[in-house]
Amino acid sequence: MRKILITGGRVIDPATRTDDHVDVLLAEGRVAEWGKGIEAGGETLTVDVDGAIVAPGLVDMHVHLRDPGREDEETIESGTAAAAHGGVTAVAAMPNTEPAIDTPSWVEYVRSQETPIAVYPIAAITVGREGKTLTGMAELAEAGAVAFSDDGSPVVSPTVMRRALEYASMVGLPIISHCEDLDLKGSGVMNEGLASTLSGLRGIPAAAEEVAVARDIILARTTGAKLHIAHVSTEGSVELVRRAKEDGIAITCETAPHYFSLNDDDVRSYDTSLRVSPPIRSAADLAAIKVGLADGTIDAIASDHAPHSVEEKQVEFDAAPPGMIGVETLLPVTLTNLVQSGTVTLERAVELLSTDPASILNIPHGTLEAGSRADVTVFDPDWAWEVTADWFRSKSKNSPFIGRTLQGRVILTISEGKIVFEENATSDNDDGEAHAEGEHRPEELPVHV
Amino acid sequence: MRWTRKHLLGLEGVGRDEIVAILDAAAKFREILDRPVKKVPTLRGITIVNLFFEPSTRTRMSFELAEKRLSADTLNFAASTSSVKKGETLRDTARNIEAMMVDMVVMRHPSPGAPHFLTHHLDASIINAGDGPHEHPTQALLDLFTMRERLGDLDGKRVTIVGDILHSRVARSNVWGLTALGAEVTLCGPTTFMPVEIEKMGARVSTDIRESTVDADVVNVLRIQRERQEGGFLPSLREYTNLFGITAERVAGMRPDVVIMHPGPINRGVELMTDVADGDRSVILDQVTNGVAVRMAIIYLLSRVRAAERIEESEILAEVGL
Repeated sequence: MRKILITGGRVIDPATRTDDHVDVLLAEGRVAEWGKGIEAGGETLTVDVDGAIVAPGLVDMHVHLRDPGREDEETIESGTAAAAHGGVTAVAAMPNTEPAIDTPSWVEYVRSQETPIAVYPIAAITVGREGKTLTGMAELAEAGAVAFSDDGSPVVSPTVMRRALEYASMVGLPIISHCEDLDLKGSGVMNEGLASTLSGLRGIPAAAEEVAVARDIILARTTGAKLHIAHVSTEGSVELVRRAKEDGIAITCETAPHYFSLNDDDVRSYDTSLRVSPPIRSAADLAAIKVGLADGTIDAIASDHAPHSVEEKQVEFDAAPPGMIGVETLLPVTLTNLVQSGTVTLERAVELLSTDPASILNIPHGTLEAGSRADVTVFDPDWAWEVTADWFRSKSKNSPFIGRTLQGRVILTISEGKIVFEENATSDNDDGEAHAEGEHRPEELPVHV
Repeated sequence: MRWTRKHLLGLEGVGRDEIVAILDAAAKFREILDRPVKKVPTLRGITIVNLFFEPSTRTRMSFELAEKRLSADTLNFAASTSSVKKGETLRDTARNIEAMMVDMVVMRHPSPGAPHFLTHHLDASIINAGDGPHEHPTQALLDLFTMRERLGDLDGKRVTIVGDILHSRVARSNVWGLTALGAEVTLCGPTTFMPVEIEKMGARVSTDIRESTVDADVVNVLRIQRERQEGGFLPSLREYTNLFGITAERVAGMRPDVVIMHPGPINRGVELMTDVADGDRSVILDQVTNGVAVRMAIIYLLSRVRAAERIEESEILAEVGL
């Protein structure tokens, strides 16, 4: 394997508290060393990234790859190619496939695929995600599951959730909870508030999420187990998690880019790509999510990448299934709506997108420290560009960001020492649309041996 | 004021001048309805489809009559959404209908935003005949027409809407239309029937039927669906009637010239007592008659915009020599 020397970049590695203009040398799939003026030896590919940010590969701890079962919407192959395109070098795949990932053989199926980036299976908490019988968590962990979740559905029974937390703590893995009280949610399809009143769409109160978050925090305290709350979307949930952390409860949580970028007033367009679960909340919730991201209450940003076919989404708003794609826009949406707006620093953004999710899942990613896996994401935080449908490599195009201008773009993704995405690549994977006229784009990467 | 909209999807954002343009046009069509021959050749050759995904008698008949009085060709399509769900999508249904060279689609659909969805996929003008609890603009316009007939200018007039505001498209469209014309709107009903933050639409909210109707110029009474009791919104219909039902006794405590309205169909004995519904303060049957005139006006104004669009298109084509 050829060595790669990345020069001319600003290295941001929160795990080692690094923010410096240094060169990074990758060899044998590992980070060999970094420092100023590293000499390229023979057989080394030198990449001058010309002032771009060099960060540890992003870790998206919440994606739906739809494989097995809905390969028309996404496959492990297409989903991981999309992830590489988005600068993501490790994904944790949710088990709400058809059938659900609830046996060791399905865990192995997910892990055994040839993929450009690392894929970590999350196994179901209950058999068939039915909320009744616990899965064989120990053997699932043995097979390579990194966490347990019935995501897409909450574990309705408090007793089952309690047992799941107890059992998972024995196995040593976290439970990722999709917090939603289905009774309070009812047949709601958007956030309950002025926007639902005006649009006539049935509302889902913030309480539907907060009641479930509160329940699971209490159960986490009772059991002492590791609990991770998926896609936190409300001000009240942020406050509950904040207090739980102050109380010393072993809890972490994530949010998704759409919860700090869009608010329920946008949903009044009836654009079905804006139907997600939990729903896009109010402007006040959005502001609270930003505060939570900045003050450390929220530990990670994960895309909740949820591909859906055009047939499923080109319907009436309340007939569309919830979910939007996001693994490819994870970084640019974060840069645009959190970093450019001054809510968090670039370093904190990298922490939220890489360091901390890797640490929550206890997977060997999220740092550029010498000796670690050679996963690198290089991005230009100033590159403004308009998102188009054919820019995406996901099989599905259900993104509300199509047509919007984002600032910041991935230019190079390296996974285990191999280049898995390069903005100027002239291979078949090249996306002609991205090079539309009038866009600011960096000089050709001067790649030479 | 020239009407320039291609579609009528709702009254939100529709200005005072535009509403007045419709009501003034409706007044002219209202006169036609009193003639022995109630038909004009205005829309000869225009085809309109009434696309009803929800059961409706009065709105569908009112539209059909309005279309026929204008000499348009009309088609009726009635389907339950469940049967459509099994087969064709709304988009395909609508595009198939449009392929028959339809100029205008009048649609009722249980999903809010369904008519907006159609505007992205069809070239025809769309009239929203009710989309879930979102809007029912033609009902609100006929309510405004009827109020104006009785009260003149609605600026500063007090209108109270009573009942299930949460599930009511009529209430939402009425609030938009009434506030645009300067009326003061009060929404009255049990708290379980009040959508959150509804007061931000510019209406006052009350749970006191006496207080909210004592000075009202108009009391517009909404239908209470019997199934709401099962949905847990009401302890019982009897309790609703006791607290909010419009009885002769309650009307006696209102202004002597109060106007009592109801969009129909009435649940007699629940939200409105028979003696009030049939009494001299009630204008409920005028609403029905006026509905035809108002819908004629809307169809006429939208068809003019569409015709102008076609003329501009043909002018452009002529310029490029086609």
